[in-house]
Amino acid sequence: MNIHEYQAKEIFISHGLPVPGGKVATTVDQAVTLAEEFGLPVMVKSQVLTGGRGKAGGVKFCESLDDVRQNAEKIIGLDIKGHIVQKVLITPAVDIESEYYLGMLIDRNTKRILVMASAEGGVEIEQVAKDTPELIFKETVDPRYGLLDHEAMDLGMRLCPTDIKKARQLGAALQKLYKAFVAADASLAEINPFIFTPEGKGLAIDAKVNLDDNALFRHPDYEALRDLDEEDPSERAAREADLSFVKLEGNVGCLVNGAGLAMATMDLVKYYGGQPANFLDIGGSSNPEKVVNALTIILSDSEVKAILFNIFGGITRCDDVANGIIQATQQMDIKVPIVVRLTGTNEEEARKLLAKTDLVPAETMDEAVQKANELAGA
Amino acid sequence: MAIFVDESTKVVVQGITGRDGGFHSSQMLAYGTKIVAGVTPGRGGQTFEDKVPVYDTVKAAVEEQGANTSVIFVPPFGAAGAIYEAADAGCKLIVCITEGVPTVDMVKVMPYLEERGVRLIGPNCPGLLAPGIAKLGILPTSIVKEGPVGLVSRSGTLTYEVVYQLTAAGLGQTTCLGIGGDPVIGTNFLDAIKAFNEDDKTEAFVMIGEIGGDAEEQAADYIKAHVKKPVVSFIAGQTAPPGKRMGHAGAIVSGGSGTAAEKIKALEAAGVPVAERPMDIVPRLQEIWKP
Repeated sequence: MNIHEYQAKEIFISHGLPVPGGKVATTVDQAVTLAEEFGLPVMVKSQVLTGGRGKAGGVKFCESLDDVRQNAEKIIGLDIKGHIVQKVLITPAVDIESEYYLGMLIDRNTKRILVMASAEGGVEIEQVAKDTPELIFKETVDPRYGLLDHEAMDLGMRLCPTDIKKARQLGAALQKLYKAFVAADASLAEINPFIFTPEGKGLAIDAKVNLDDNALFRHPDYEALRDLDEEDPSERAAREADLSFVKLEGNVGCLVNGAGLAMATMDLVKYYGGQPANFLDIGGSSNPEKVVNALTIILSDSEVKAILFNIFGGITRCDDVANGIIQATQQMDIKVPIVVRLTGTNEEEARKLLAKTDLVPAETMDEAVQKANELAGA
Repeated sequence: MAIFVDESTKVVVQGITGRDGGFHSSQMLAYGTKIVAGVTPGRGGQTFEDKVPVYDTVKAAVEEQGANTSVIFVPPFGAAGAIYEAADAGCKLIVCITEGVPTVDMVKVMPYLEERGVRLIGPNCPGLLAPGIAKLGILPTSIVKEGPVGLVSRSGTLTYEVVYQLTAAGLGQTTCLGIGGDPVIGTNFLDAIKAFNEDDKTEAFVMIGEIGGDAEEQAADYIKAHVKKPVVSFIAGQTAPPGKRMGHAGAIVSGGSGTAAEKIKALEAAGVPVAERPMDIVPRLQEIWKP
């Protein structure tokens, strides 16, 4: 789950990271009131779950209340890469003397948390990693001990070799960020930039945290951080029905068991010239209720012109799955053709069951995809 | 022979009295897997299917029945705890089927396993099936056949699809291994490929990857440098949009890396044919290898 900058900053504050004050406004009037409260100048920062906010005009420096009003009017409702801005963060503007990048993520290769830091702050770190990887300092953390004092200090000194006070602040910020990362069950945490004011005070003026969906069960409070406005309604319905679903732009609705097979099915739809409407992993269950939920979600998209079931019955028997599909489709009023491909255990029995219905049977994945594409008019 | 298992594999199933654990334990037993014990705290003293003794702890299962391998079917909140317990009790191979284990838990588990020389497969995986020897996990036995092909995959049902096609083409398998789709897993592609490369019975193998991370690229480098056996690959997720988690927690294209295109390029540069469609995997293998 991705969360907003202002939410990530709340997590940072609870772990002692220095963050300038800030509050969220959803209207222009609120934005102006907050700016008055904090004192000018302020930053008006769009809160959307995507990068490139500054380039899109979603982050503005405001010296007067008129500035705040004009910019808030422009930013609220702004479309940034398909995300409509609903909220802006109003935060006191600070003078910046120097900027740093501090970040950490799960490193699949070492199976550890990898800390990354660079004096090239305030720019896109992916670009730095590509052009000048030697300017990013890294430390792989032993999870038994956390980011140790000397490791943090070493990174701080490399970032800022000339100023021990700043190096210490950078090291301390990294240790706090590491603790926040582990405590929050993050998959990514970044401060870009961490800045120093001319007075030498360090501040996290931006924040990005992605949370591990697998760990949300032990953070019930994080459910409140979920921005339902940012979620596609069909993706929300899928999440609530415990289905793994991603909406795409296409007209062939796909219901597949298993994530790998679901991806391969999407790929095959495109291979044969069609457009998949979604990724959906229905899991190992043949439960008609789950099939009804999945079909309801897929059919809520009026673009969908054909539905494709691609099920490999390994442990689950194909005849059970066929019965589940037949029961589910009988309960619903479905106007689009449905192609069903069931392979594996008891596939013959499944085919006999399907033969008695309007469902279009297919023997192989390729045949099923071609039929579905054709029926969708691709 | 097979990789990671042999006739001496004696299994304890953690979570044997649960719905999934019980169902799959029956299936494993029916295939002839030596399940010597089950573990469910509070159920010690019971028996599973009138033949497998159930213990409260893995330690008791190891001490009294000589278990050396654990298969874990416990819910996500207890999965990491179950892995620590199995490793501490002396199991040298642990297969964790559980889906949805927090990644930070897995990061913490790893040094504990590394110190003890324990191999972990998973989590969030179908486990492995060595035809004629043992099944540790949930792969369907009806689709496998003994033979010379190894198969390693990050996925479940896509693996079954390919195994099914191999078997239909008369190509049996030494071991079918699903390593799981999470970001932090025990055994990775590289480990599996090294094992297949060293296994006498494995003559050729298939590697089924997907988007996310760079495990396929690393495997490609290793294959180029060290593997003489024929290898064929397939990568799922060529049309996946960036930034979206495609079911598996690890299947996400982020910051422009982890794409299918990069993986395919790396594999082809290493001389590994990459099938365009799942149905092309077997023909591509037959082009470069005859059993």
